[in-house]
Amino acid sequence: MTAHLPALQVLVPLGCAPLCLLLRRFRTVTWLVFLLAALSSLACAVLLATRVDDGPLHYEMGGWPAPYGIEFVVAGFNTPVLLVVSVVAVVAAVYARRSVGDEVDDRRAPLVYTCLCLTLTGLLGLTVTGDVFNAFVFLEISSLSTYALIAMGRRRRALLASFRYLVIGTVGATFVLIGIGFAYAVTGTLNMADLADRLTDLDGNRALYAAVVFVFVGLAVKMAVFPLHAWLPAAYGEAPSAVSTFLAAASTKVAIYVFCRFAFTVFGAGLVFTTMPVGEVGLLLAALAMLVGSAAACFQRDLKYLLAWSSVAQIGYIVAGISLATAAGVSAGYLHVINHAVIKGALFGAAGLLVLRLGSARLDDLAGLGRRMPWTFAAIVVTGLGLVGVPPTAGFASKWALVSALLDAGAWPVLVAVLASSLLALVYVGRIVEAAWFRDPPADLPADQPRAPVSMVAAVWALVLLSVYFGIDASLPGGLADAAAAALLGTGGA
Amino acid sequence: MTVFTLINISLLAILVATALTVSRLRALYEAAMLSALFSLVTACLFVLLDAVDVAFTEAAVGVGISTVLLLGGLALTRSREAVTPRRRRLPGAAVAILAGGTLVYASQDLPAFGSADSPVQRHPLTDTYLHQSQEDIGIPNTVTSVLASYRGLDTLGELLVVFTAGVAVLALLGPLAHPVDARRRDDLDLVDYRVLRVISAMLMPFILLFALYVLFHGDFGPGGGFQAGVIFAAGFVLYGLVFGLDKAQQVVPRVVLWALIPFGLLLYLGVGVVNMLLGGSFLDYDTLSSDPAAGQHLGILLVESAIGITVAAVMTTVFFSFANRRATR
Repeated sequence: MTAHLPALQVLVPLGCAPLCLLLRRFRTVTWLVFLLAALSSLACAVLLATRVDDGPLHYEMGGWPAPYGIEFVVAGFNTPVLLVVSVVAVVAAVYARRSVGDEVDDRRAPLVYTCLCLTLTGLLGLTVTGDVFNAFVFLEISSLSTYALIAMGRRRRALLASFRYLVIGTVGATFVLIGIGFAYAVTGTLNMADLADRLTDLDGNRALYAAVVFVFVGLAVKMAVFPLHAWLPAAYGEAPSAVSTFLAAASTKVAIYVFCRFAFTVFGAGLVFTTMPVGEVGLLLAALAMLVGSAAACFQRDLKYLLAWSSVAQIGYIVAGISLATAAGVSAGYLHVINHAVIKGALFGAAGLLVLRLGSARLDDLAGLGRRMPWTFAAIVVTGLGLVGVPPTAGFASKWALVSALLDAGAWPVLVAVLASSLLALVYVGRIVEAAWFRDPPADLPADQPRAPVSMVAAVWALVLLSVYFGIDASLPGGLADAAAAALLGTGGA
Repeated sequence: MTVFTLINISLLAILVATALTVSRLRALYEAAMLSALFSLVTACLFVLLDAVDVAFTEAAVGVGISTVLLLGGLALTRSREAVTPRRRRLPGAAVAILAGGTLVYASQDLPAFGSADSPVQRHPLTDTYLHQSQEDIGIPNTVTSVLASYRGLDTLGELLVVFTAGVAVLALLGPLAHPVDARRRDDLDLVDYRVLRVISAMLMPFILLFALYVLFHGDFGPGGGFQAGVIFAAGFVLYGLVFGLDKAQQVVPRVVLWALIPFGLLLYLGVGVVNMLLGGSFLDYDTLSSDPAAGQHLGILLVESAIGITVAAVMTTVFFSFANRRATR
């Protein structure tokens, strides 16, 4: 069965989605099915990650050799993403049982698990596929199920947030499709490696330039790169907590990976970063994203919105690293993909714990709760320091890698933006700490609040401890990131 | 050639005019009808491009079921669009002009229309799909070969998209979300019109038979699971509209419908898993029989049926979910 691993990576969650719908009468069983999907995905990802050292693995769907059929490709550049998505999925699954049970009514909870399976399938498929049109199909699956998940938030505003994301996300996906269409028209193929081969002798083709522009603008929507980030704060702020945890940690990261895959292994770094000014535009937008995202986060009243705006800034760090198109830069970008996924997953999970106990995550409602909920707030502080980039946290490791990559490339203005954004991060993390520990609790606080469920706290703390471990010993994520950068910049088509 | 060009130009002109009108209309019923016209003209253009399968799908989905669903949605809400302030229209206009400009810029270097030595024609892929597929799969309609076998995973993905849409509607609108919102049964009284009743009762067997024909004839002519599923759904929707939703739900109970949605998907997936157990790759239909071509035939038939089942069940469910809700104006 090991030859089938790349296919099973995607197919098990895929099969779990219809099972969830079929078994919708048994809420616990549907949760177990989602947990099974996440665990099997993690098992596949770990097994695959141990096997790619000897070279990329290819899987031919339907037995048709590429480019006649669709192939899945697993190599150094996508195993870190598979691991991140799978780990976060397992954590979100453990977390979801009580969180979804609390925030979503019983009849709809099985459909939440169905959609979570679908999103997981879409994200994993997007990561392993070696075919550009197949990537679009998986992009659609993950996007559609994400819209549905966001709309199931507990407030009516969730519907508006979901609708906005649907409109802007659909425009983005259409742009990706138009770009893929142009690439097909000038090459006649949809296979990524075959495309890369045939695009090399198309110097100066205007349709190819347009293809690059359309694909990247479309992906920028999904990555929530400034100024196409407008959907993100409300979407993450209003989604059910388990969903925010999963999406904030996984979904933009996969879009960033797809950007890398297109830039380095389909269109080629020469076309994208030398002929076209994608790198310069990326650095500019990244710097703006850091400043605007962190500044906006400082003014939020709701913890989930604050975290979402901070994500806009953190995506800026990742985009800055990748836009350098150097081994150090791409590696720093990947490292921050891993670290930020762990940190933001933990923070959104902690925010969900607050929603569970207080019914809201407004900063004003957190007044004086630091002593009442020590574990939750300790988690927020530890990972919050990671957002700022204080040593020895995971955030410091990736920010240090980014800063040295920027120094090597001489990108001084971006460096200034990184430092300014870090200071602003100190401000918004400080606001949470100030509210929780240095304000008096309201006098009418009921004494007998329900205790936070152990499974949710454990899920959050698993991520917190992982982030602490990555801060102390960065060899595992660092090694994965270096391998990814080498795979992307080295062989080309893989 | 000139007649061909003229027809193309006039169809394109109609398309542009329709699009502009739709974007200016504030009355959403009219806009929905005009978008059906847009799809119809697109379908005609696809026919001219010799893409009959695509044209068929566009006609069945774009003109047929999506218009019905749009109208079903409009019945639940206001049917007039609020006027957007002029200031807020500017960003949209800028994006549209930029995107349009890029398209025009790109079109300069696209291969000439109908050119025989375009990259797509020269790529060995085209030759394999058109000629080699006759030996490998042996189905006259190569579109079906590409769709169900060479790129079978994409088709599974598209079916998953339809499935996702169905789940999303069930979660947000369906009786699972608001069981108390069921509509009173006397809301629809089209059954009192004798002509309508008799004609639709007469048409019903033909619609369902045609859907089956489209499903099983996809190997030889335009057609396949997606189109067949949509036609099936259109038949049920017509029945529900005329005879009332209660009657329609007696014919196909909700529980059955909801079981069919995952069933089609599981059948498709099951075919692939059986291929894996028989020693092939996922969706390698060769393994289904000792004769690879026979295996391909069987596999394609099974997955096309699977597509038909899920698509029909999802489309019917989506419409009934809309229709079952009381309008909240």
